[in-house]
Amino acid sequence: MIAEAGLAALWLAAALAALQLVLGAMGVASGRSDLLAAVRPIALVQAGLTAVAFLTLIWLFVAVDLSVALVAANDASTKPLLYKFAGTWGNHEGSMLMWVTILAVAGGAVALFERRLNERTLIATLAAQAAIGLGFYAFLLFASNPFARLNPAPIEGQGLNPLLQDPGLAFHPPTLYLGYVGLSVAFSFAVGALVTRDVGAAFARAMRPWVLGAWILLTLGITAGSYWAYYELGWGGWWFWDPVENASLMPWLAATALLHSVTVLATREGLRAWTVMLAVVAFSMSMVGTFLVRSGILTSVHAFAVDPRRGSFILALLAIYIGGALALFALRVGTVREGSRFDAVSREGSLVINNLLLSAILGIVLVGTLYPLVAEAVTGEKLSVGPPYFNSAAGPLALILVLVMSAGPIMKWRRDDLKLTLMRLAPALLLSALALFGLVLLSPGIRILPLLGLVAAAGVALASLAPLWKRNLRRTPLYIYGMVVAHLGIAVALAGMASESAFNQETLVAARVGEVHGVGPYTIRLDGVEPVAGPNYTAIAATVTAQRGDNRPFTLHPETRNFPSPQTETNEAAITTVLDGQLYVVVGKSDDDGRWQLRLWWKPFVTLIWLGGALVGFGGFLSLIGRVRREIRHAPPRAYI
Amino acid sequence: MAVKAKNQRMILALLAIVAIVGAALLAMSALKDQAAYFYTPSDAKRDHVEPGRAVRLGGMVQKGSIKRQPDGVTIDFIVTDNVETVPVRFTGIVPDLFKEDSGVVAEGSFQADGGFVATNILAKHDERYMPPQVAGEMHKTESLEPQSDQQKGQK
Repeated sequence: MIAEAGLAALWLAAALAALQLVLGAMGVASGRSDLLAAVRPIALVQAGLTAVAFLTLIWLFVAVDLSVALVAANDASTKPLLYKFAGTWGNHEGSMLMWVTILAVAGGAVALFERRLNERTLIATLAAQAAIGLGFYAFLLFASNPFARLNPAPIEGQGLNPLLQDPGLAFHPPTLYLGYVGLSVAFSFAVGALVTRDVGAAFARAMRPWVLGAWILLTLGITAGSYWAYYELGWGGWWFWDPVENASLMPWLAATALLHSVTVLATREGLRAWTVMLAVVAFSMSMVGTFLVRSGILTSVHAFAVDPRRGSFILALLAIYIGGALALFALRVGTVREGSRFDAVSREGSLVINNLLLSAILGIVLVGTLYPLVAEAVTGEKLSVGPPYFNSAAGPLALILVLVMSAGPIMKWRRDDLKLTLMRLAPALLLSALALFGLVLLSPGIRILPLLGLVAAAGVALASLAPLWKRNLRRTPLYIYGMVVAHLGIAVALAGMASESAFNQETLVAARVGEVHGVGPYTIRLDGVEPVAGPNYTAIAATVTAQRGDNRPFTLHPETRNFPSPQTETNEAAITTVLDGQLYVVVGKSDDDGRWQLRLWWKPFVTLIWLGGALVGFGGFLSLIGRVRREIRHAPPRAYI
Repeated sequence: MAVKAKNQRMILALLAIVAIVGAALLAMSALKDQAAYFYTPSDAKRDHVEPGRAVRLGGMVQKGSIKRQPDGVTIDFIVTDNVETVPVRFTGIVPDLFKEDSGVVAEGSFQADGGFVATNILAKHDERYMPPQVAGEMHKTESLEPQSDQQKGQK
């Protein structure tokens, strides 16, 4: 009964989405206030119903109701409770239901909270949000029903992919999805503003918190995903330019560009058409990401089902929404008034460069990600595009971007002077020069890209603090702090990436028990290897003692785990974090002589990568609070409830 | 420095187009050099893959060819498609399902002497979680398995 109730809620929500679209469109066209007034409550009820459907599915997973096909295929009564719960979205249907739930709830939140935007534009926005929702309801109900029954019910479920059995599953997918789908709101705002010819500062201010929120969550989701891959795969890398990683990076790049251009529109009434375009592109990238990850075209740990019907369905949705929005854009771009003008050397000018560079990087990542798929579809040729391409094509652009980032925030709106800007940056340039001198002196063999990265990171870190210079710190608005912290986070992350790349040390040995090996500043002794039993796996666990100089030694326990259902082996690296880096130990196979393969890494300052990512997210959060507080203070008393 | 106000929008649009087209051109030229193509030993012999270029080599691990080096972490083996063979050297931890007479895809590059140095080994794993490209390559190599059985039978 419970599954049927969930399905019914989903059907009802789909019907309401259709109603929301039709009434909204009619209301916007005719201007009739009774029609306009009906749309907000419908959006709220639709969000509620979808949430009920999603909670129902969570309940079925936690209760391990094996008569539901999805639960039987992905759940197991032996799983720890956390993975029963998080396993709800560790599969195709469940994750799509989560997608739709977030979409509907985001629409509901717009209906509930948005107060400053022109009512017609808002209703057009809600109608656009419903239009997106309809396509994905259809996808769920016709091609991926999560509530389908299985008769007879099996005695035990098939379990969850062991790689996903990690606390990260509870955090990483929901965060990324919230970010992906949060961009749908920006898309809907853009469509709404185009429909009512209302592209201006009010529209930008309404859209900004959503872009900011989605961007924060994407940042945190990508950071968390990177750390998860780093410790779970046991390969010692933190970014692999895997297509599914790119699928999350592309919306982030577009959202970062949008975040900066929407600021120009909100404060200076500039870059109108471009901002609308970016909002369309950003959500398009979310959908491209969803397509890549969920269509089965790339079967990775992220892709759960290989059903060509599903791939075509998402591709069709993608074509309809992107094509529709671009067509609307082409029709209406002539009616978008030109924004205020500015000099090439100005805050706006630097933000334009930021946008162009981000777009160029986005293009490079998109081409590299899609090229193998297109090449195989067209010529049948099989090839893969990996780190050498992405690093060499996108790396230099990213470095330039970071340099522009340090100059932009201290430039004046409309018009500034290049010489003065450079003079304001003098301390940062000096620090960079010192860093360059020191690095070349201390580590002469350093490669060029990491060297430039470290040098830039030093200067940018100092420059990012410059907007606070000579300000009354207690009077400085929160969103300025947000910008400073986020830019500082970029410098911190860059320092981590460059340091890991420049100073990473690796030792790969076959060690007998009792043998001592070294990596970086550590000596490592293999004390023993023993079999251990986990709740739903068996493993061999090594005991390793590490010592740095004369410090107190400590033990690590890297494992290789064997899961019976489904049959899989995973490496559990043992990682010790110290102030200046991480020691990373992986145990491999034994050979006939009783030696065990040990893979040891010393990664100086590698943690700065994720610390930087977290800082970027935190900066965004400060900024969001600052903006929202300001909005509330300036908002008219009219509120929906 | 002042941009003629009238043309600003045009200039911005042009800049955007130049940036996107430039990025696409940069991307295409980088791809030409750096996309890793998939070769079987016969393809590799025929096409004379230049040494040092990142490629994938797929085939069967020849029976009796896996030789562990004394350091315990380096292995040598031969990849075959039953027509041509390529000697491969790999240093690292091999995946669970890497074994003789079974499909393998090695990522790495050819050396001047015709040998192949692998930086990564993909073995037949749980296909539920395998990239289709690799799965496809595996199927290509798998189609060789019955043939090798026949050959054994003939001997």
